Amino acid sequence: MARTRYAPDRGLTVRMTATMFLLGLVFVAFVALLIGIMTAAHASGAAIVLVALIFGGGTAVISLFYSDKIALASAGAREVSPQEAPELHGMVDRLCALADMDKPRVAIAPADMPNAFATGRNSKNSVLVVTEGILRRLEPDELEGVLAHELSHVAHKDVQVMTYASLLAIVAGLLIRFAFYSELFGGGRRSNNQNAFPIILAIMAVSVVVYAISFLLIRLLSRYRELAADRSGALLTGQPSSLASALQKVSNGMARIPTQDLRAAEPLNAFYFAPAMKLTGGGRSLSALFSTHPSLDKRLEQLAKIQQQLGQVGPPR
Amino acid sequence: MGFLDTLSGRTKPVQPKLDDLFALPSAAITLQAATGFTPTGSGSVCFRAVEGKTFSDIQAEVRELLNMDAGKPGGGLPVEVTKDSYGFTWLVSSHMSDETDALVTDLHAVNSALVDNGFGPQLLCTLVAFRDEQERRLALVYLYKRGTFYPFAPTSGQRRDNALELQVKNVLADDLKIEQDLAKWFPVWGAPGL
Repeated sequence: MARTRYAPDRGLTVRMTATMFLLGLVFVAFVALLIGIMTAAHASGAAIVLVALIFGGGTAVISLFYSDKIALASAGAREVSPQEAPELHGMVDRLCALADMDKPRVAIAPADMPNAFATGRNSKNSVLVVTEGILRRLEPDELEGVLAHELSHVAHKDVQVMTYASLLAIVAGLLIRFAFYSELFGGGRRSNNQNAFPIILAIMAVSVVVYAISFLLIRLLSRYRELAADRSGALLTGQPSSLASALQKVSNGMARIPTQDLRAAEPLNAFYFAPAMKLTGGGRSLSALFSTHPSLDKRLEQLAKIQQQLGQVGPPR
Repeated sequence: MGFLDTLSGRTKPVQPKLDDLFALPSAAITLQAATGFTPTGSGSVCFRAVEGKTFSDIQAEVRELLNMDAGKPGGGLPVEVTKDSYGFTWLVSSHMSDETDALVTDLHAVNSALVDNGFGPQLLCTLVAFRDEQERRLALVYLYKRGTFYPFAPTSGQRRDNALELQVKNVLADDLKIEQDLAKWFPVWGAPGL
């Protein structure tokens, strides 16, 4: 086995694992609480939970299986053949051969906003989308860095990971709504069932707490996944500086975009190269907590570290 | 990629497979007997250079090493270094057409220099060029990460002769590990030395 310069970042792995562990813990606690509440409950409470689970699970499965089509449609992107975009395809071909992965489909979105994203549940069903804006603004080296970042998302199966991670939040969010409506419309029947009111209230309270915690954890996880994709992308091309300069260009470009375009792009935020929407107000630390992407400083700092690592004289043992 | 690597968002850079490259000289003989394509004597290694001086020093060393024998019998011409439009570096080694063994040894020297210095994951492919009497061009491309070969036959413009490629695939099925997934036969338009 050859020595390698490409040591994994243990700290990042540990933080990511801890986040996922916490998410799992919240999930278990949530289920345990629901079961606990329902053992004291009757059909009404159980039915609500069941419907929420089916709905939430269904939404997740559908979004997972159709993520590529949904993303293509909502970004207005069009798949391009190697003849139509030979350079872009050539770049993706080479990166896939370097990384030994299946080549995703390639699409171009007619937006001026400089950005790129990749989606799909596995590498065979993935699609890599770049906007016309990013093709125009970036040098080939920088574009290659962006593509390598997106291909790393595909390799890490980030769409799957994030969908499973969000499942909890979806179910909790649905429960809040269902509990609220059943409270609103089911009021007349309450006299038949003395227990139903506190039970539904309890489900609602638990769901709110679970939703809030899992929301924050998902955002945290998303930021770690971004850092991991930056890292793998930079190692794949061997050019961390090109990725850094692409990040800077894209981030500066984002600020100049009119608000309407930004809102239209918001649902896809978690899969974008750089966040299309900046949270306004609420202070710096708060927006960092809610953000799907790590701050530019943090991403550049990591890339500088990788640059140093690759430039060491004599490989590390 | 394993389940744990997926969970932790970690791709291990893929190490290249080098050994199968030495099957080329005997495959060249089979190819000539069956199709009339002969080696042109030139071959190249393509890799993605890493930024920074460490890598460029190694690259310079390799070049010096290969050029030591240049001009001597069996030593071939000095290596050429070119950078393509995708930012990949090609080291082209040129020999006489009957010196496939020496050519492969040269190519292997480049690989092992990169691997020994810890830059193995940067290797993309190696390419050995062939011609027939009608001056049709053919290359056997070796994918380092998969350890497989595939034929690439560019015609005019950005077109490739798929019929010829499939023919070569069948001819060489016993000599080389041919890439079975046709989607991985990516074109290398304008590759130096082809």
